[in-house]
Amino acid sequence: MPRPGGPRGHEASKDFKGSMIRLIKNLSPWKAVMIFALTLAMISALLALITPNKLSDFADIISNGLIPKTEVLEDIGVKISENIASIDIEKKLNKLEDEVKLSKDEKVYVRGILSALEEANEEESFALVLSLPDKVLEYLFEDFKYDNVLISSKDQVKMIRLLTSEEELTDLEALPKSIYGLVKPTIDMDEVKRLAIIMGCLYIFSALFSFIEGISTTTVSNLFAKSLRDRISKKINRLPLKYFDSHENGDVLSRVTNDVDTIAQNFNNSLATIVTSGTLWLGCIFMMFITNWILALTAILSSIIGLSLMFLILNKSQKYFIQRQIELGNINGYIEEIYSGHNVVKAYNGEDDALSRFDELNLKLYSSNRKSQFLSGLMHPIMGFTGNFGYVMVCVVGALLTMNDIISFGVIVAFMIYVRLFTNPLNQIAQAMGSLQSTAAASERVFEFLDEKEMSDQKDISRRLNRSKVKGEISFKNVKFGYDPGRMIIKDFSVNVKPGQKIAIVGPTGAGKTTMVNLLMKFYEINNGQILIDGVPTSELTRENIHELFIMVLQDTWLFEGTIRDNVKFNKEDVSDREIWEALRVVGVDHFVRTLPGGLDYVIGDNDTISSGQKQLLTIARGMIEDAPFLILDEATSNVDTRTEELVQKAMDKLTEGRTSFIIAHRLSTIKNADLILVMSEGNIIEQGNHEELLKKNGFYANLYNSQFERTEE
Amino acid sequence: MIKLLKKMHKKEVIYAIICICLVAFHVQFELKIPDYMSAITRLVQTDGSKMIDILEQGALMIGCALISLICSITVGFFAARVSSGFSMNIRRRIFEKVEKMGLTEINKFSTSSLITRTTNDVTQIEMVIGFGLQAMVKAPIMAASAIFKILDKGFEWSILVAVCVSILLLVVGTLMAIVLPRFELVQKLIDKINGVTRENLSGIRVIRAFNAEKYQTNKFNEVNEELTKTQLFNQRCFEIMNPTMNLVNHGLTLGIYTIGAILINKAGFSDKLTLFSNMVVFSSYGMHVIMSFLMLSMIFMMIPRAQISAKRINAVLDEEISVIDGEFNGKCDEVGTVEFKDVSFKYPDADEYILENISFKVNKGETIAFIGSTGSGKSTLINLVPRFYDASLGSVLVDGINVKDYKLKDLHNKLGYVPQRAVMFTGTVSSNVSYGDNGKEAISLDKIKKAVSIAQGEEFVSKMENTYDAHIARGGTNVSGGQKQRLAIARAIAREPEIYIFDDSFSALDYKTDSVLRKELKKYTKDATCMIVAQRIGTIINADKIIVLDEGKCVGMGTHKELLKNCEVYKEIALSQLSKEELDNA
Repeated sequence: MPRPGGPRGHEASKDFKGSMIRLIKNLSPWKAVMIFALTLAMISALLALITPNKLSDFADIISNGLIPKTEVLEDIGVKISENIASIDIEKKLNKLEDEVKLSKDEKVYVRGILSALEEANEEESFALVLSLPDKVLEYLFEDFKYDNVLISSKDQVKMIRLLTSEEELTDLEALPKSIYGLVKPTIDMDEVKRLAIIMGCLYIFSALFSFIEGISTTTVSNLFAKSLRDRISKKINRLPLKYFDSHENGDVLSRVTNDVDTIAQNFNNSLATIVTSGTLWLGCIFMMFITNWILALTAILSSIIGLSLMFLILNKSQKYFIQRQIELGNINGYIEEIYSGHNVVKAYNGEDDALSRFDELNLKLYSSNRKSQFLSGLMHPIMGFTGNFGYVMVCVVGALLTMNDIISFGVIVAFMIYVRLFTNPLNQIAQAMGSLQSTAAASERVFEFLDEKEMSDQKDISRRLNRSKVKGEISFKNVKFGYDPGRMIIKDFSVNVKPGQKIAIVGPTGAGKTTMVNLLMKFYEINNGQILIDGVPTSELTRENIHELFIMVLQDTWLFEGTIRDNVKFNKEDVSDREIWEALRVVGVDHFVRTLPGGLDYVIGDNDTISSGQKQLLTIARGMIEDAPFLILDEATSNVDTRTEELVQKAMDKLTEGRTSFIIAHRLSTIKNADLILVMSEGNIIEQGNHEELLKKNGFYANLYNSQFERTEE
Repeated sequence: MIKLLKKMHKKEVIYAIICICLVAFHVQFELKIPDYMSAITRLVQTDGSKMIDILEQGALMIGCALISLICSITVGFFAARVSSGFSMNIRRRIFEKVEKMGLTEINKFSTSSLITRTTNDVTQIEMVIGFGLQAMVKAPIMAASAIFKILDKGFEWSILVAVCVSILLLVVGTLMAIVLPRFELVQKLIDKINGVTRENLSGIRVIRAFNAEKYQTNKFNEVNEELTKTQLFNQRCFEIMNPTMNLVNHGLTLGIYTIGAILINKAGFSDKLTLFSNMVVFSSYGMHVIMSFLMLSMIFMMIPRAQISAKRINAVLDEEISVIDGEFNGKCDEVGTVEFKDVSFKYPDADEYILENISFKVNKGETIAFIGSTGSGKSTLINLVPRFYDASLGSVLVDGINVKDYKLKDLHNKLGYVPQRAVMFTGTVSSNVSYGDNGKEAISLDKIKKAVSIAQGEEFVSKMENTYDAHIARGGTNVSGGQKQRLAIARAIAREPEIYIFDDSFSALDYKTDSVLRKELKKYTKDATCMIVAQRIGTIINADKIIVLDEGKCVGMGTHKELLKNCEVYKEIALSQLSKEELDNA
């Protein structure tokens, strides 16, 4: 019999698109928040796109600050020579001798030159002027202002000397201070400040937006998960018992926790990632082409090699990941099997065999483990290399372009960042798609559960039996029932039970005694015929109404983690402690409860001092509190020591008093005293009657009864 | 952790060393890349530099990147081998050790804990090694080298990098301090929500019978609410991570540029170009420093968890095994006898004895039964025969030889043990019945069929698809409890042992099957000795000898009739199950 569920792990979804659409539809209560969040994600991505351009402007400003202003230098040179040309020698000469102190020789020299000047043409006069001593020149030159900076005659002379010297000008710092100040490379600090502030703001806003986006999506995903869990929990109440009898509890459990978790963790994040990364990627391509198409092509082409390699690896490693998950599941299952069967493995000398099988599985796991780890480890280095490769390509092509003055240095800086921005989102999109796959698979399981057929609607039922007025008569009229519609196991069963009678249900294990419980409690619907309570067909009563009329005490002592009080009174409100103590006293467990720390407030946990017999007594006490005209009781007491068993049996007898009781009987005294015995085998009611009648029949019951006292030896 | 690492195979150690060397090598190359970057930028920057120079630097940079790529691929190759090889090896060691353990040791750890230690804890370690081998070596080397490279290149920039690193560490640290304790809380709440759901499912009949759906739903909602609240808090805290990291990264670049602008502006003409290329270098090394610190903090987050796993694994590997093989190799004088001589048993750390001064002897072909209330020590007593435990005092003899002297295999070959809870292994009906090794030739299909038929399993097996080759699912979930029990009994029969041990193995069978099975078994194994633990009087009524246990002491020994007369405890048990007249009739 194949069980539902099957191995977990990387499961492929059956209908990826359908599940995605359904998931998105399910998000509709948070539509506004999601749209808001995704818009923010887009804005944040766009901001991230603008910043490289700004950064490139920034770099341009700085690199411009490295180049001296040669045009200024030339300008100043022209000004100085103009200055020379405009000297009014006549005028100045008169005073020269008074103002500038000259030695005798100098005086002679200067006069000579001056007289020569009068006849010289323009070119000759320029050379003659320069041959004058500095002192004289300084006197002759007039100060002038350039860009509001005073350039003294002294600096002008120094400048003239530098410019006319034989050696080439290499060190700008040799220039006179005033001129150096004008010529030296400067960074426009105002612009720097402005850009720094703009970019700082952009970064902060981008971070802020992505933070708000993150907060919103996690909020939505957690609320979504909560609502899914809530729906599953409510769904459990609406499903017919049939579902739970044919599905493992673990399967439902893993839907509530694992699957919902997978959805919550992955779905919204992946959605946001895809939106952000998609925007970033497309925007990046757009921006690159706007900035410079040649560099854009270079960047894209050089990244493509790395990217295609990456996708190839991603594809391949996926296979090994699934393989690894399967192998891991296999070996874990095997370990569990061997450890929990440890006794048998040892007693049957199965250790060697177990170890060799383990080695086999271990080796398989090793090889898939190694491969998947290696392949997934490749991603990062390859991404890194792609980035570097792109960088170099952009630099080389960029350098070519800069040299031909097509672009500025800043563009290269921008592209260095674009190359990174271009490769990262693809990686992220690939990962997000992977996690969306598992989300789809998980959501399929959750939705499958939520879509299960529910119990029949009870809206039209208006009849109601009052618990306190029911006499306690029950009759089966030609009841037919089968778990499979094609295979009836109860064929045409009729019986009439009068108020207060005791019905014993007997039969070997697995004979279908719980079927009777299922039908009485309307856990399952009968296929044909009628069950009547006080003459009212159960089909005309709500399930809740029927449940009200029955006390049910089953063999599996179901207690939950909570106080003794909560466990005994369960969902019944307004039960005083006095009533609880009374119930505990009747079943004979009051003394025991008093010995527990906290008494009624004692919390029943997983592994504690309460034995299974005492647990059974507590469930009987719970039934006592319930108080209803009908009783369903499973007598089986498993693993109970003799003294407690006596108590349990006494308590059970008390419970049957004055009630129409259906007892899954294990004690001969019960069977013998029963008004009616139903003998069940393989789901069928094969015999009915009281003890004597059935013994006389010498059929199945007689055989069953006698078998336990037979001697095994002749 | 280190202790565990010492258990690495030589081959893996060599691989690991290769990895470490390669990582160091790889880091050197990776860190050279920014040098080339700055060289290239400088060339691009300066007028009149030749294209050939740029190409040369570019080629060198790609070369470096290629070498570093090859290095990290090789590292990845070896690291994958080391981590998965190591985990394979550790997993095997644990498995082997657990197989050798006796029940004392197993109970000390509990089976489920041993399972998680062999699976999850090993995976945890594997992950740390896989990641750690690269990151743990790479991060410090990278951080140190990168810091070294930038240290003398600008005081202001260094300060900036330091500030960024401390912001990052501060954020990560605070986050951990706030969130980590809540992670445990989340785990507990998940357990709780699982618990409530399991409760809802296992008690579904009771809940419906009491119309308590709403009551349970409220309980679920409470936990659900709390879980969502805690989860939400945690994840919201984590949302700060990414934006902060981006902000720090970008802020660093921006900061380096801004500081660069100021410095360059102030500097003399000749220093400007150097400063500029330093700035470019800084913007990439600074990133490296930050990344390596991020990596380091991740390792520090992983190590404590791995440490816990390593401790748990070591505890298993270091556990001393109490049941050790004996040396006896000769022939036994007796066949099919079991004798307890004044046997007492208590758990190593316990004060009270579970069994006290038990003495009896069964001979070939006899049946001995043990009865008593839960906790009376019946199962413990019977477990002393296959040496699941060793007697604390006194001695247990099988075929006249102390069980401690046997080799365990030889001892087990004499025994056919059927536990309380039937154990099924994945496989087929046949493979389950012929399970194990009894020191004789392999069990034939005829023998399997015979054993199944004696165990009253023929009918249901013949109805299964493929009958004896029918698939048995893990844990035997596709056969019922009674069917499992019958297959487990068939397993013991197929072994043809001298001595059968039934540890309450009949309780899952109904009275009728129980009685027929025992009758058939008796017919088939006239010479075999039987030891039966039972709860039902009906099961043991015909035993040659019944031992009544009460709180670890033998309070009665004899046949059913004798005990009815002279043993109060036995009488009490008998009367609780059968009426007086039935007892007299029997």
